[in-house]
Amino acid sequence: MAGAEATPAVSFIEVSRRFGDVRAVDNVSFDIADGEFFSMLGPSGSGKTTCLRLIAGFEQPSSGHIKVHGVNVEGVPPYERDVNTVFQDYALFPHMSVGENVEYGLMIRKVPKAERRSRAADMLKLVKLDGMYARKPSQLSGGQRQRVALARALINRPRVLLLDEPLGALDLKLRESMQNELKAIQRQVGITFIYVTHDQGEALSMSDRLAVFNHGRIEQIGTPSEVYDHPASQFVAGFVGQTNLVDGYLGQRLGGFPGLYAIRPERIRILPPDGEVPMGMATIDGRVDSITYLGATSRVEVEVEEGRLTVIEQNLEGGTAAAGRDTGANVRLIIERRHIQPVTESQ
Amino acid sequence: MTSAAAALPLDRSPLQRLSSALYLRPALLTFLLLTPPLLWLGVIYLGSLFTLLAHSFFALDEFSGVMVREFSLATWKEFFGNPANWDVVIRSALMAIAVTLAAALIAFPIAYYMVRYAGLRMKAVLYLGVMLPLWSSYLVRVYAWKLILAKEGIVSWFANTLHLGWLLDLVLDIPEIGGPSLSTSYLGTFIVFTYIWLPFMILPVVAALERVPGSVIEASGDLGAKPGQTFRKVILPLAFPGVVAGSIFTFSLTLGDYIIPSIIGKSVPFLGETVYRLQGTAGNVPMAAAFTVVPIVIMGIYLTLAKRLGAFDAL
Repeated sequence: MAGAEATPAVSFIEVSRRFGDVRAVDNVSFDIADGEFFSMLGPSGSGKTTCLRLIAGFEQPSSGHIKVHGVNVEGVPPYERDVNTVFQDYALFPHMSVGENVEYGLMIRKVPKAERRSRAADMLKLVKLDGMYARKPSQLSGGQRQRVALARALINRPRVLLLDEPLGALDLKLRESMQNELKAIQRQVGITFIYVTHDQGEALSMSDRLAVFNHGRIEQIGTPSEVYDHPASQFVAGFVGQTNLVDGYLGQRLGGFPGLYAIRPERIRILPPDGEVPMGMATIDGRVDSITYLGATSRVEVEVEEGRLTVIEQNLEGGTAAAGRDTGANVRLIIERRHIQPVTESQ
Repeated sequence: MTSAAAALPLDRSPLQRLSSALYLRPALLTFLLLTPPLLWLGVIYLGSLFTLLAHSFFALDEFSGVMVREFSLATWKEFFGNPANWDVVIRSALMAIAVTLAAALIAFPIAYYMVRYAGLRMKAVLYLGVMLPLWSSYLVRVYAWKLILAKEGIVSWFANTLHLGWLLDLVLDIPEIGGPSLSTSYLGTFIVFTYIWLPFMILPVVAALERVPGSVIEASGDLGAKPGQTFRKVILPLAFPGVVAGSIFTFSLTLGDYIIPSIIGKSVPFLGETVYRLQGTAGNVPMAAAFTVVPIVIMGIYLTLAKRLGAFDAL
């Protein structure tokens, strides 16, 4: 994490970006520490990609300041910024070979050919594409193109690497293995990664910290566990993972005070109707409405007084009817009070 | 099974049965769709072209002036033997090259603006502007240009009004391409050719530029390339197939046209005019056929080069 003395890799100071009447980025301030894997998470149109483009220099802020390693970058064009981007559609040059694509930045900087070749070979090895130097991008699979885009950006040794939903076009299996590889590469090269995604799983599993965007604003910044365990708002609770949002009678009953609360479904435990409630736990009785088998877990919908709660149970014993319960059975739910998280309402 | 079959309406109309029959036999459908155009292209178009070319191996009887339908290389001997024929070929080819280069230079900025910068409305206006001249008669436009370029025409009036008459005279004094007025010089022919064929260059270049994703241009800048470098290393190579495709139009159309050089310019023969004169007034069909082979050979060479440059990868 950024100490007070260290210069942040990227700073946003009250940055806004308007397109006509639309505030794509609305008065956003945050710091990203040097060497951090920082994710910007949010639904489409939430402003996360615009923030990335502001750092890259493809967009200029309507107001506010952006600093990259302490230097104000207003009016600095992309080609003079020490950041590189991995584009969502990879944006490989179709008329160049894989090797020429990777070497492009060095060629522009007039690095001697021999050095270019050896650095490109190193980069292709890093992204596990050795021997692909002479191929054309059109001959590669989606995952391989993605690696070329990564190598092409990293070869310039930028201090900050921007990744715009780089895994969005890949299938699930490939995406998971690329997540691990990206993380490994980031540790190896040790530079700041700023990663834009709408996939909350990706953001949680890869990031040191993440920012949750909504309507051009940041709803919450924190480590994955902070954001997951202590969502600041209704929006964050709903967007990052599944959640039970309760208010009114049920909110007061479980939370102790009137208000809006978020409860993660896997934090609720199901007991028999006469089960003993341990000290310091909230409890409520209900009736099983439906059980959905999900493999590793089962989702149990429980009807309670003035509402319903979704519970995720580990399938420790296997089988569909978890722990001998069945639809219509009376149950008692218990929740540790610290898992009942008060949240603010979102628009 | 039987119940499912019974659910189908068995008394289908002949039209329904025909469409099912075609649906189940895609090869038959392809055959039916392709036969008429292939007959048209193969028999009527290519057939008459080959008949014409075959005529170049006939010759005129020296005394009667009647074509003798026997194989002979006399026409080709005459064609290669007369330097005036070579003048026509070289003149036409040089004009076609000059028009193509000029059209490419004018078309590229327009196309680039249309694709990268113009908004939807502006783009529609520009498309219309490019296409609109094609709606009016080609002859009318050429004659209009004759008036524009004439000695007492708009161009010279405009130049004189701006006290730039000396500049126009200077240009017209250039040997070979100049002349007494724009409408009676190679320069005039060149200007009108370039104007007439420009849309055929703009549209393919627009199509090629449309295929260059914006992110590729951004990526180039992101990797440190200044706008000029991005243009040379990324935009131009990717748009080049479009330029080549457009040049095929401008080049072959200029090579074969016989109206513009006969209305505007030095009244010296170009290829198309020569074919027209030989076929029509001179009645020398074998020689006209020989002249027709020339642009086909030139285009053949040109297309081979264009293919080498990857012009057809983008089609």
